[in-house]
Amino acid sequence: MKHIKTLNTQTLNNTLKKGGCGECQTSCQSACKTSCTVGNQTCENKK
Amino acid sequence: MIHQYQNNGYNIILDVNSGAVHVVDQPAYDVIQCLTEINPRHTVDSLKEKQTQELLIERMGETYDPQDLKEILEDVICLTENGKLYTEDVFEAYVGDVKKRKTVVKALCLHIAHDCNLACKYCFAEEGEYHGRRALMSYEVGKKALDFLIANSGSRRNLEVDFFGGEPLMNWQVVKDLVAYGREQEKLHDKHFRFTLTTNGVLLNDEIQEFVNREMDNVVLSLDGRKDVHDNMRPFRNGKGSYDLIVPKFQKLAESRHQEKYYIRGTFTRNNLDFSEDILHFADLGFEQMSMEPVVGPETDSYAIREEDLPKIFSEYDKLARTMIEREREGKGFTFFHFMIDLEGGPCVYKRLSGCGSGTEYLAVTPWGDLYPCHQFVGEEGFLMGNVDDGIVKPEIADEFRSCSVYTKEKCKNCFAKFYCSGGCMANSFKFHGTIHDTYEVGCEMQRKRVECAIMMKAALAE
Repeated sequence: MKHIKTLNTQTLNNTLKKGGCGECQTSCQSACKTSCTVGNQTCENKK
Repeated sequence: MIHQYQNNGYNIILDVNSGAVHVVDQPAYDVIQCLTEINPRHTVDSLKEKQTQELLIERMGETYDPQDLKEILEDVICLTENGKLYTEDVFEAYVGDVKKRKTVVKALCLHIAHDCNLACKYCFAEEGEYHGRRALMSYEVGKKALDFLIANSGSRRNLEVDFFGGEPLMNWQVVKDLVAYGREQEKLHDKHFRFTLTTNGVLLNDEIQEFVNREMDNVVLSLDGRKDVHDNMRPFRNGKGSYDLIVPKFQKLAESRHQEKYYIRGTFTRNNLDFSEDILHFADLGFEQMSMEPVVGPETDSYAIREEDLPKIFSEYDKLARTMIEREREGKGFTFFHFMIDLEGGPCVYKRLSGCGSGTEYLAVTPWGDLYPCHQFVGEEGFLMGNVDDGIVKPEIADEFRSCSVYTKEKCKNCFAKFYCSGGCMANSFKFHGTIHDTYEVGCEMQRKRVECAIMMKAALAE
């Protein structure tokens, strides 16, 4: 596309298929403790 | 739902419900804005209607070449067909299932010491005492906490335990003994403990450093930035600043961890709204992993962030983002926790709908073994959920936390950042509104700005 460049291939919808294992880090255990930083976390399900 | 914005010369379109991020030129930016207005249904069919194209050319034909407009419209239709633009929210249908799922406990914040050797002015723990008495957690209580975690963690293998305070190094022997106990137990139960430590560094020494490097997955080191900023807010009880004592220790620790698996974590207040200077000061000190949280407190506190401070804070985030891009390109990049965003491998939708897990997956344990939904609720007696002897005795508190999501909070429904903060911090909501079912607006404004900056940086660094 000449006018639009998409940065990512993954979509949230795709994560419905494999998600929900819960092995990822709890957001407040990382480096916040006074806000909510779910989006900063990384998925640990590499399957 | 889309969110479009311009930052640092980039035109960005975030498709909220798919998470797709598009960097577009000015004609496409204007066309998408126009289409959002003239075609409120945003379906593929409605975009393909002849009338849509005619209206677009009627509105924008004088500014842009009609051929370009047609091309952009075709691109928009293609992206919409592929679920990357104007994507509908299909997740609300899942939220019921997510919330009904039987949750397990996977993380504990152990308040190993309700005591502190500093007297930080903004401390929500009130110099470690949490509206209560000074106390140290005993080994026995800590053991029961770890047993409780193992027993309530179901099939979850990775279990997280943060040694928190007050100042956890004031009860160091118990920390060491609990790590040893955890390592013993994890073998018996096929679990893996990820221990972390949050410290002010005052008591840090070589022996502690060696142990921390061997056993702790992450360490959070509290430092607010420039010496005058730090010493103003984080003095000893006698009023003397703590910067000179702790900075060399933190530098040594960070180096000994190969600049990984730690965060220098600061708090900025109204007294240092130029906080980007403090983050750059961290970088100048040689640190590579940093976090800087806005202080949270009522406006009656002189240092609290006020709504009127937001423009200055936004410009600081912009400045920081631009500087980080420059430094990255020079090979001198560093990580800022609040700009971390993984567009390809970030958390799944279930996690984003579940939120931070406070009150369900994540609990705080007081020195005497009481359980609270998170460290920020400790001392709020209405949120006392149980204790390490009897377990959860008030499951209704867990149910209330479990019921919270971006779909139950009116203010989240139309917010583009809802899948990044998951509805925000419930403790902050409680502090400002007396209920966990609301949001802390000033915090939301800052969160939105950080998401915008983080995405812009991805666009810049993808070039």
